[in-house]
Amino acid sequence: MMRFLIKGLLRDRSRSLFPVLTVSAGVFLTVFFYNFMQGVFADFVSSNARFDTGHVKVMTRAYAELADQFPNDLAILECGRLIDELRGMKSDMLWVPRIRFGGLLDVPDEKGETRSQAPVLGIGANILEEGSQEKKILNLEGALVEGTLPRSADEILISRDFAERLGVKTGDTATLIGSTMYGSMAMYNFRISGMLRFGMVALDRSTIVADIEGVREALDMRDAAGEILGYTRDMVYSDEKMTELAEEFGRRFSGSDDEFSPVMLPLGRQRGLGEYLSLVKSMGSIIVAVFMVAMSIVLWNSGLLNSLRRYGEIGVRLAMGEPKGALYRRTIAESVIIGIIGSAAGTLAGIAISLYLKYVGLDYSGVMQNSTVLIPNEIRTDVNFTSFYIGFIPGLIASVLGTAFSGIGIYRRQTANLFKELEV
Amino acid sequence: MPLIKMENIVKEYPMGKARFTALKDINLSVEKGEFCGLIGPSGSGKTTLLNIVGALDDPTGGTAVVLGSDISGLSHRQAAEMRSRHMGFIFQTYNLLPVYTVYENVEFPLLIMKMADKDRKNKVNAALEWVGLSDKRKSRPGQLSGGESQRVAVARAIVKRPELVLADEPTANLDAENSHNILDMMVKLNRELKTTFVFATHDEKVISYLRRKIHLFDGKIVKDEPARGKE
Repeated sequence: MMRFLIKGLLRDRSRSLFPVLTVSAGVFLTVFFYNFMQGVFADFVSSNARFDTGHVKVMTRAYAELADQFPNDLAILECGRLIDELRGMKSDMLWVPRIRFGGLLDVPDEKGETRSQAPVLGIGANILEEGSQEKKILNLEGALVEGTLPRSADEILISRDFAERLGVKTGDTATLIGSTMYGSMAMYNFRISGMLRFGMVALDRSTIVADIEGVREALDMRDAAGEILGYTRDMVYSDEKMTELAEEFGRRFSGSDDEFSPVMLPLGRQRGLGEYLSLVKSMGSIIVAVFMVAMSIVLWNSGLLNSLRRYGEIGVRLAMGEPKGALYRRTIAESVIIGIIGSAAGTLAGIAISLYLKYVGLDYSGVMQNSTVLIPNEIRTDVNFTSFYIGFIPGLIASVLGTAFSGIGIYRRQTANLFKELEV
Repeated sequence: MPLIKMENIVKEYPMGKARFTALKDINLSVEKGEFCGLIGPSGSGKTTLLNIVGALDDPTGGTAVVLGSDISGLSHRQAAEMRSRHMGFIFQTYNLLPVYTVYENVEFPLLIMKMADKDRKNKVNAALEWVGLSDKRKSRPGQLSGGESQRVAVARAIVKRPELVLADEPTANLDAENSHNILDMMVKLNRELKTTFVFATHDEKVISYLRRKIHLFDGKIVKDEPARGKE
């Protein structure tokens, strides 16, 4: 009987092709959107971790409260000793000091007068130290589009968009005007060794990157750092593990009444990223729920239309003695076949497009011109194990549910009317 | 024992607050091998009676025993089982399954019965031979003429060798020549297979073939006329 039904399905395209296409389209959208959201959020979390939050960030309690303003007057002193303690506490993680600072970048002409000037956002990182992972974490080699990486503490990298705006080129001198850790005015000359393109509007707009020793020199922050960032070796963020680590750190190092005692915050508790993480977790369920409801309604309607179209066939089958239960079960069996084929096709298509976008990416920097969010200009999808079933199972369930609802009509059919109905 | 035995059958339908009586006090007995018809104008109750004989509907009152079973006492499943194993149906508009071939349409009742492959094949081939459509076995209903389609419907009705075939206006959509061909074929099947045929019709062509004519009017049997039809 199943072979007979499959033959019918294959030959009757309106009974097979349309439902299969409907299921495929729904599953495709589910898989693609899931991969898209996963990719966007993974990139977003990764970018924030690499340039800003780390997987955990250690700051003084006072600095943490004003962290958006980079209050280096509240920085961690003797940060080398704290880093050693962190390495002792959690040796399987990378611990790196950072100084983030703001100020003005002034570009002089040949007479030493200001030629151009603009607010700047700076990152001081351990670039020159041998064995440091910072070049890799900040992807400096990948982002370098002109010149070289700094070879001394007084060299900086500048984002190319910013350089073009200021009218500077590699080899030029630029003066950082800011304030030292102690509140006095700081003026420090850097030489531009290279230009970067991060691929993130928020960074490309006005960022310089310098070795942390140069920044310490410029801002009078000897052995100090605004922040110490911690990264897992595999660079995969686990909110649960990092929260545990932060709590353990708090128990060992933080004094509740000392505003300069260090605190550790996991990525999920910085800059509202916790909400994003929750959203990532719930996004899959939201997409699947929306898909299932929508698909069930579409397939229910399609099933109703199909039932109308097959009214005669169902009537004949009932008259010939096929029990209603058997007829209903066989209709469901057809929907299972359609669900499997449609879901498989949709999943494959969704994964194929996702893989393409994973490697090629989709540039949407045009709409991010004023963004301050650390998110890459190219959207790249993410394909993982969940991608293979997140659309498939709902596709199958929606197909069966839609048919189950529409098939209830089989039970309502009055056999007493069959002769009359089949005369039409 | 008669194949069909009806005593004091009444069938009523609710019509708003009132009740419409479609069959009144029907008493009828049909023996195995009969070739008979329920004759009457539209609304006379012939299809309602055919429904009860075919276990598609229950009587409101009276007793209907078909093939040894009291129709009123059958569950939906038991009624379906009875139709599946012992009855064949022929409809006015053929009602073939359009996506299946002639062979598959005839095979379908045997699939419902879960008959083994080999037996099924033999029976389908035999049925197609009886109706003279062996050469059309791979055709689809859309490729057949009206006469050929009704012959497929007949093959589908008799493929399982039912004791009883119920036909509702089987020639209504056919021209005279095809009607006679179909009826000749049914007479032959009745004679050779001893299958009982019960028609519901008001078509003179069909009536001329009947060996027994049961006249219905206004829900009552007004005349039961054993007569010799065409052989």
